[in-house]
Formats: sequence, structure tokens, C-alpha cells
Amino acid sequence: MKWVYTSQRKEYANALVEIGMARTDVVVLDADLSSSTRTVEFAKKFPERFFNVGIAEQNLMGTAAGLAVSGKTVFASTFAVFATGRCWDQIRQSIAYPNINVKIVATHAGITVGGDGASHQALEDIGLMSTLPNMCVLVPADGIEAYKAVKAVAEHKGPCYVRLGRADVPMVTKVDSPFTIGKATVLREGADVTLVGCGQMVAVCMDAAEELEKRGVSAEVVNMSTVKPLDEATLLRSVKKTGCVVTAEEHSTKSGLGCAVACSLSENYPAPLRRVGTPDCFGESGESNELMSRYGLTAEHIIDSAEEVIRRKKK
Amino acid sequence: MLESKANLLRRHIIKMTFAAQSGHPGGSLSYADIVTALFFKVMRHRPGEPNWEDRDKFVLSKGHAAPVYYAALAESGYFPVEDLLSLRKLGSHLQGHPCRMKTPGVEISTGSLGQGLSVANGMALAAKLDRRLSRIFCLMGDGELQEGQNWEAAMLASHYKLDNLTAFVDRNKMQIDGPTEQVMSLEPLGDKWRAFGWNVLEINGHDMRQVLDACEAAAHVTGKPTMIIAHTIKGKGVSFMEGAIAFHGKAPNADEYRIALKELGESA
Repeated sequence: MKWVYTSQRKEYANALVEIGMARTDVVVLDADLSSSTRTVEFAKKFPERFFNVGIAEQNLMGTAAGLAVSGKTVFASTFAVFATGRCWDQIRQSIAYPNINVKIVATHAGITVGGDGASHQALEDIGLMSTLPNMCVLVPADGIEAYKAVKAVAEHKGPCYVRLGRADVPMVTKVDSPFTIGKATVLREGADVTLVGCGQMVAVCMDAAEELEKRGVSAEVVNMSTVKPLDEATLLRSVKKTGCVVTAEEHSTKSGLGCAVACSLSENYPAPLRRVGTPDCFGESGESNELMSRYGLTAEHIIDSAEEVIRRKKK
Repeated sequence: MLESKANLLRRHIIKMTFAAQSGHPGGSLSYADIVTALFFKVMRHRPGEPNWEDRDKFVLSKGHAAPVYYAALAESGYFPVEDLLSLRKLGSHLQGHPCRMKTPGVEISTGSLGQGLSVANGMALAAKLDRRLSRIFCLMGDGELQEGQNWEAAMLASHYKLDNLTAFVDRNKMQIDGPTEQVMSLEPLGDKWRAFGWNVLEINGHDMRQVLDACEAAAHVTGKPTMIIAHTIKGKGVSFMEGAIAFHGKAPNADEYRIALKELGESA
């Protein structure tokens, strides 16, 4: 499919500036990456409500916690790999446990960070955040959803993690598409297989569905923009109709969306399932599109997986 | 007056940890005088209105000293003194380490060491943003200064000139595995904080006059945060607990309980 590409980071900045204008209780923290995460836009507009903590992610989260318990709604941003791994215990102890209003908006998630290589490619962050009680985990599909997700978490009571990418991503949703935390949306209806994606893999699911249709297979595409809490109702409704499912995420299959879907289905409605994502390994340097191919984050892999689960369903 | 209040908190610490048969009496006893000074003299707070927006705030970074914190909160009126004996029991609001969601008056959950100063920084920044006169007090242990996050926080506090922040270090020179200078040396501790841009005071943490004077002096410092290095004795007030590493995280037995309370002036 011919896609129009949008920047999630740019939309994050747009939303943040709008929220900053509407609400004086909103403060933003960054750890020396404000020009990359684009929180710099907020900093320019509201310098008194922006705090750079330097390269110190543990202190980033602790300081965010102190501001939050003082009545502020705090956005804390840095790269996903540092925002979740470098300070996981600080998030657990000082943010999730006291259940406070810190919104961690992380950019540069996933393999498409590209040239920086494995040290900078967060492939475990959805899992790391999903395992924390009280934490909401959002993985917007495109720039439009990134904007909506940021607006939504600003209104949500409690800690949230929003996962954004570095590269521009295909626009799969529309400005007037509904967006609610904890609600999945069906982007394309189908009868033979359910494709559940998050982040930019939703667009890859749409590409796969188009190709499957040419082969006579009707695929339903579910945009699971909230991984936690998982919209089990929408998931089950779709899988009860199609009888099999493929998940797709730019994240390790060991702990992300695929695992959440697998857990839900195995308890509620066991069905043939394949998880598309990075295998149990670290990434490497390369161009974004090269890495997507190398690690199997492609329409072809989703199509193969769909055909396989459909075959298993028929046995 | 304040000295007898500190003694009362010490008796609560012994009773609570005895009832729980676990907990951390040593580091609670060493902080009893400072916590008393803060809750009953220095801090502006309203136990009947815990969310009063202009209150001074207290962060117990060394969360294992929860018994002295809870004793001070109860004696201040945040919850009934009788609750203290439920420390660490199933269903109690008094968790082994402070929990914001459960205990009235607790500003932030702590327990994983080295995180309190960052949180205090956030509170101090918020107070400045809101143009409030609130002072933020952060009580740290000496052992926990081995956590790197403290030094990230130390940088931020001076960078942002958080003169509404006063931190204490309970310099009892002991941690679980032994003397701090043997396990991982902290000295020269005052120089370290000065190098990070802090105003540093050193006091005897069991001398009420010195504690009050230091808090007063810190209030008048502008442009930088204050670190009060309080030289203390772990287990202070109970002869056999003083300087005894064993009582870092061990409750007294029945005999020890009786002796301790007697030494702290409670008639049997």
C-alpha cells in the first residue's frame, strides 16, 4: 500500500505544547535528549516548566515522582532503552508503587533506531513496563495516534508509558478515528484470520491483509494501541470470529504484545497463534528497512504466519 | 520537652519492632532526635489536613527507618498511636517500608535505597514553581549514599539552586555488612557534598539544640541546598543496641525488650 508517513515525535511535541498551553500543572523533564525526543518544543514555549536533569535517568524518574506528588502532571522523556531499562527500579518504587501522575513518553523505541545498534534498540521495553502494577502501556500506531495518546495520558490518572519510534511511520489512522486508552480498534474487517499489531507494525499488518486478500484470505486487522490494559473484549470478539491470530510488534516476542495476547487467549479462547516480532536476541546496526527485513518484521512474515495458523485451525 | 518526645518515639520503636518481631530498630533509634525536631518543632504541617498545600514535606529516603517515622506520624495525630503495634502485620497500613498509598502523612513510598533525594528534588522544584514557602526535608542513611542516584540528585539540587531543600545524613557509620569505611568508604563525606555545590553543616545528631540550630541555619541559606551531616550512634538510647550492627535489622527478644524500655524510662 502507498502510505503517507508521519513523525510520532513531531506529534508528541505538538500535543505537549497544546497541553502546556491549556494546563499550567503540566511540567516536562528530559535527560539531555530534548532535541531528539522533541520536548525541546515545550522547553522553548514554557522554559519555567521544563527541567533538563542531564544524563541521569534514575534521577529523571525520581524527580518526576517528586513533582507528581506535589500536584504536577509530569511528562518524562528520553530514549526508550534508557527510559525503561536504566531506571526500572526507580519507576517501580517511586512511580508505579505510589501510583502517581508520571507519563513516561519514550522515543527511539524498537529496531528502527537503526545505525546506533543494539545498545540503543529497545526491544524489551513493552515487557518491562507491562509487568509493573498500575502502569498503562500505550504503543501508538502512527503520528496521529501519538498525538492522541499523549493527550489521553495527560488526562489519565496514574502512571503511563507511551512508546514512540524515531523514524517516520505510515499513517494508518485518521484524524477522526476514535482513540481511548484500553480500547483496540478494528481497522479492517475479515473472517479468516486476526492480525493484531501495535506501533508501526499495524501498517505492516494492513499491507499483509491486502496481499492476503489477493490470495483469497480475508484478514481482520486489530490496532492494539494499548498493550496494557489489553482490550480483551475486542481481541476475543475477533478471534472467536476468525479462529486464529497473528500478532506483530517491533519488540521481542519474549515479553510484549504477542505474550499479552497469548496469555489472554490461552486462558479465554485457545486458538492457533503466531507471534511476529524480534526473536530472543539483540539487534544490530543497519538501515531501518534493512533491519525490519532481517528481523522478520515484514508483511511476508505476517502472511506466512497467517497461512500457517489458518492451516492449523483446519486440522 | 523535645528530648522527652524523642524518648517516647524511641519507646515506640522498641514496642513496634518487638510486636512485629522484625524491622529495623538501630537506624530508627539513631534518627529519633532529628525526626522529633522536625515533626514537633521545625516543620509546618497539619496532621488534621495532611494535604495542606503549603505544608513542609518530609521524605524518608532510608525507608527502613519506618518505625521512627510512623511513631512521629502517630504522635503528631495522623493516625491512632494504637496502630503502631500493627507494624508489618498482614492488612496493616504500616508496611515494613513507607507506602504513600496506605499510610496517612507519608508523602512518597521508599524502601529501595538511594531514591529519596531525587523525589525531594522534585518536591522542591514544585514548591518553587508554585511560589510556596514549603521546605523539603530528606532523611538519608549513610550507607545508602553508596547508591549512585544520590549523586545525580546532588548535582540537580545545586544546579537548580534548591535552597528550600534540607537533607540529613544519619552518619552512624554502620551498614549491614559492617562499618561503612570498611564496606565502601564514604569519607571525606562533607567535602563530597561541598564539591557538589551544597552548603554543608556537621552536627551531633543527638543534641537537640544543634539539630534545631542547623535547621534554622539552613533556612537562611540562599541559592544552594543544605546537607546536615548528623553524627549519630546506631541504636542510640538502648545500651546494648548502641553501635551494635546486629540490631540494624533485628527485633529485641523479650528480655531485651524489658531492659530497653526500662533504659528509655518506661516503668514496667
